[in-house]
Amino acid sequence: MSATVEQQGPIGAPVIETFGLTRRFGTLTAVDAASLRVARGEIFGLIGPNGAGKSTLIKMLTTMLPPSEGRATVAGFDLRAQAAEVRRRIGYVPQLLSADGELTGYENLLLSARLYLVPRKEREQRIRDALALMGLIEVRDRLVRQYSGGMIRRLEIAQSTLHSPAIIFLDEPTEGLDPVGRHTVWLHILDLRARLGAAVVVTTHYMDEADMLCDRIALLDHGRISVIDTPAALKERLGAHATLDDVFAEMTGESSDRGTYRDVRRARRAAREHA
Amino acid sequence: MGAYLTQLLAVADAELRKLRHDPWELASRAIQPVLWLLLFGNVMARVRGLAPRTVPYLDFLAPGILAQSALFVAIFYGISAIWERDLGVLHRYLVSPAPRSALVAGKALSSGARALSQALVVYLCAAALGVRLSLQPQDAAAAILLIALGASLFSTFSLIIACIVRTRERFMGIGQVLTMPIFFASNAIYPIALMPAWLQIVARLNPLTYEVDGLRGVMLLDGASVYGLGRDFAVLALVALLMIAVATRMYPRMTE
Repeated sequence: MSATVEQQGPIGAPVIETFGLTRRFGTLTAVDAASLRVARGEIFGLIGPNGAGKSTLIKMLTTMLPPSEGRATVAGFDLRAQAAEVRRRIGYVPQLLSADGELTGYENLLLSARLYLVPRKEREQRIRDALALMGLIEVRDRLVRQYSGGMIRRLEIAQSTLHSPAIIFLDEPTEGLDPVGRHTVWLHILDLRARLGAAVVVTTHYMDEADMLCDRIALLDHGRISVIDTPAALKERLGAHATLDDVFAEMTGESSDRGTYRDVRRARRAAREHA
Repeated sequence: MGAYLTQLLAVADAELRKLRHDPWELASRAIQPVLWLLLFGNVMARVRGLAPRTVPYLDFLAPGILAQSALFVAIFYGISAIWERDLGVLHRYLVSPAPRSALVAGKALSSGARALSQALVVYLCAAALGVRLSLQPQDAAAAILLIALGASLFSTFSLIIACIVRTRERFMGIGQVLTMPIFFASNAIYPIALMPAWLQIVARLNPLTYEVDGLRGVMLLDGASVYGLGRDFAVLALVALLMIAVATRMYPRMTE
């Protein structure tokens, strides 16, 4: 199926290009021959049910997980042979909490600035700018474990972009945030693209967000990319009043509603325990 | 090289800043060595033949307790490494362009620095108990270096264990099991000569023995190291480097 994936929409010089990227865990194929291209400055969404392989794909593209098969170039470098060069040019906001709660916001940024070798002369200025941009100036010297979820997310985005990466990966950046926090995060993502010209690869559960913000969307299902297209084109396939939720349901045979998934997961866990 | 050092020090600095935010952690760790000296030391000092005849038992014991207390702190470092993995903080490090060895060495260095607070406590307590300490600058510097090397070595060993067992629950069990032989199969609280032959061999292969031996040479006013300071330092440095080399290979796989 992945061989017939159509590449549509704006493709400039690709900053990511993958060819049959595959990752297996034992007998499970988490990502199955994923081939995709992401253009410079593009916001690219990865959508799919839990366990579809979104996070595994992102982990491979960020060099956190070696692929079992296939190859990819990221920011102009080979994913396997030049992992360190790739890491220099990408920013990654993982699904888990990656800011250190035992450090202040400023100290977290200082750590990142040093790890990414931001020149010493520019360090303080860039940290100050990042804090201002993310609205964290007032809390810069407070321990991050006292931050709200939205503040932590903003700090993590700042940490991942201090070095002006060519690509920013965000794994469910709005998960667990209230509507205001979600909105703020997405505004910052748009702003990153505008300021840095960076490509953004983002996974989300929220179809409305994907619809609103992504230039193109890849739909993942059971480790396979079933379709890559613009949100508009995806909806068009189903007729005049289709939403992205409808597309999701059509493609995966399941509803994208998060509550439902949680229920399914809980039900399955219960079933397993009683088995 | 400058870049490597920047990244290494960035990791160590972050760890030490955490310590500054929570100094109680250090304070709580100061209690154990004091108890060992006060209770164990004062009782065992009455047993004849435990220490070489020329040295009072408390003098003999103080360097051993210092090395031991640094070991106890370092050997559980792996727990916080697993904790960092579980939270996600580890991703922040591994996705950065810093060489993996710089990350591991930075963590090791911070453990070394962390152990120095133990040294301060043991020195003060030993002095209060009448142990005749050498406070010559070169002796103190050598002691600091020995403790830092020992702590780096054992914390990196702990990191390797963490990479293997992968969960905090399993680590807790293993950590307890590891401390016992490292501590008791060494010269920390009794001379190796008292041990049965097979245990003497184990003790001679145990890096802690060389740390304690070196400390006896530099901590005490009329102490002497059995193996010579040169060999003590060489053994510790070599084993520490070996640990860092092994951990560098294993650490990045923790997120998989």
